[in-house]
Amino acid sequence: MIYLQLFYEFFKTGLFAVGGGMATLPFLSAIAEKTGWFTQGMLADMIAVSESTPGPIGVNMATYVGFTTAGVPGAIAATLGLITPSVIIILIIARFLKAFRDNQYVDAAFYGLRPCSVGLIAAAGMSVVSMAILNVDLFRQTGEVLKLFRWDCVVLGVLLLTATRWAPKVRDLHPIWFILGSAVAGVVFRFGGV
Amino acid sequence: MNRYFDLFVTFARVGVMTFGGGYAMIPILEREVVDKKGYATSEELMDYYAVGQCTPGVIAVNTATFIGQKLAGTPGGVVATLGVVFPSLVIISVIAGILTNFADLPVVQNAFAGVRVCVCVLVFNAVVKLWKGAVADKGALALFLLIFAASLFLDVTPVVYVVFAAVAGIILTKLGVRGK
Repeated sequence: MIYLQLFYEFFKTGLFAVGGGMATLPFLSAIAEKTGWFTQGMLADMIAVSESTPGPIGVNMATYVGFTTAGVPGAIAATLGLITPSVIIILIIARFLKAFRDNQYVDAAFYGLRPCSVGLIAAAGMSVVSMAILNVDLFRQTGEVLKLFRWDCVVLGVLLLTATRWAPKVRDLHPIWFILGSAVAGVVFRFGGV
Repeated sequence: MNRYFDLFVTFARVGVMTFGGGYAMIPILEREVVDKKGYATSEELMDYYAVGQCTPGVIAVNTATFIGQKLAGTPGGVVATLGVVFPSLVIISVIAGILTNFADLPVVQNAFAGVRVCVCVLVFNAVVKLWKGAVADKGALALFLLIFAASLFLDVTPVVYVVFAAVAGIILTKLGVRGK
């Protein structure tokens, strides 16, 4: 029963992904690996679409994965799975909000959870990098280090990094503009090789 | 009944106007929930947001549940949450449906090959931003490095790391490692 499976996988994601939308990424990556419902490449595309459409990123990604796997009912099952643990937890916490915020164990647990979340997202990001910028197969065949990198993509990546981090004013633009710009660059310079 | 409908619509509006989530959401919540509706005060909103950040799940969803619960109990929390995810369900289903049909076109493949590069940069930027609040001392740095390396090389569900990190956080704090 694919809908129950979707609900279950996203229930786990909603229960253990701490720190907002991007924190769901490592879980989605693990779901792709385990179930084969979608590829890591499709996951990267879903991040891009989720960033450039209205709605919280985590919810958008869940809807996208659910839709890709099993159509509109799948989208609903995945999204409900993602939000169910939050709703239950928040409804419980809401009754003693202040005690929760001031609890030393909660605080101590989050001292560990925050770097964990960053580490997991960074590792999931590495798989996006290897897919978008590296040519691992070609490198294995030829053994030439220079062929490991897709140089056109590296150039675009450096440009984007500069624009989003250091360029005054430009860096304050919404990510959607960088995503659109990259799409145009991809089409003009045929990044997909087709 | 009317009150629930109102909650649903208000949070559906928040959902539509939230682009990307995170901090971008605060001004929208301020306007829609505090100024227009008077559902909560600014201080309450900041409290909810802070707790929403450090509980599992999507922050926007957590904040919606909080406010809905405060106004109309458990059904209110559920209705507000369904409101905030409703626009995503509709919009993403439509876009995903369209993209699936055109995924094989060369122009779409080339576009997404470019977009993936941008996704690398966006994920990197998210990591840098989260890093600042998360890795403030040696204990946190050690946890970060350990979990980063482990999840790169081992094939274990992230759930294991999350549970491990929560326990490690408590132990490190008790041992007095924190803050050094």
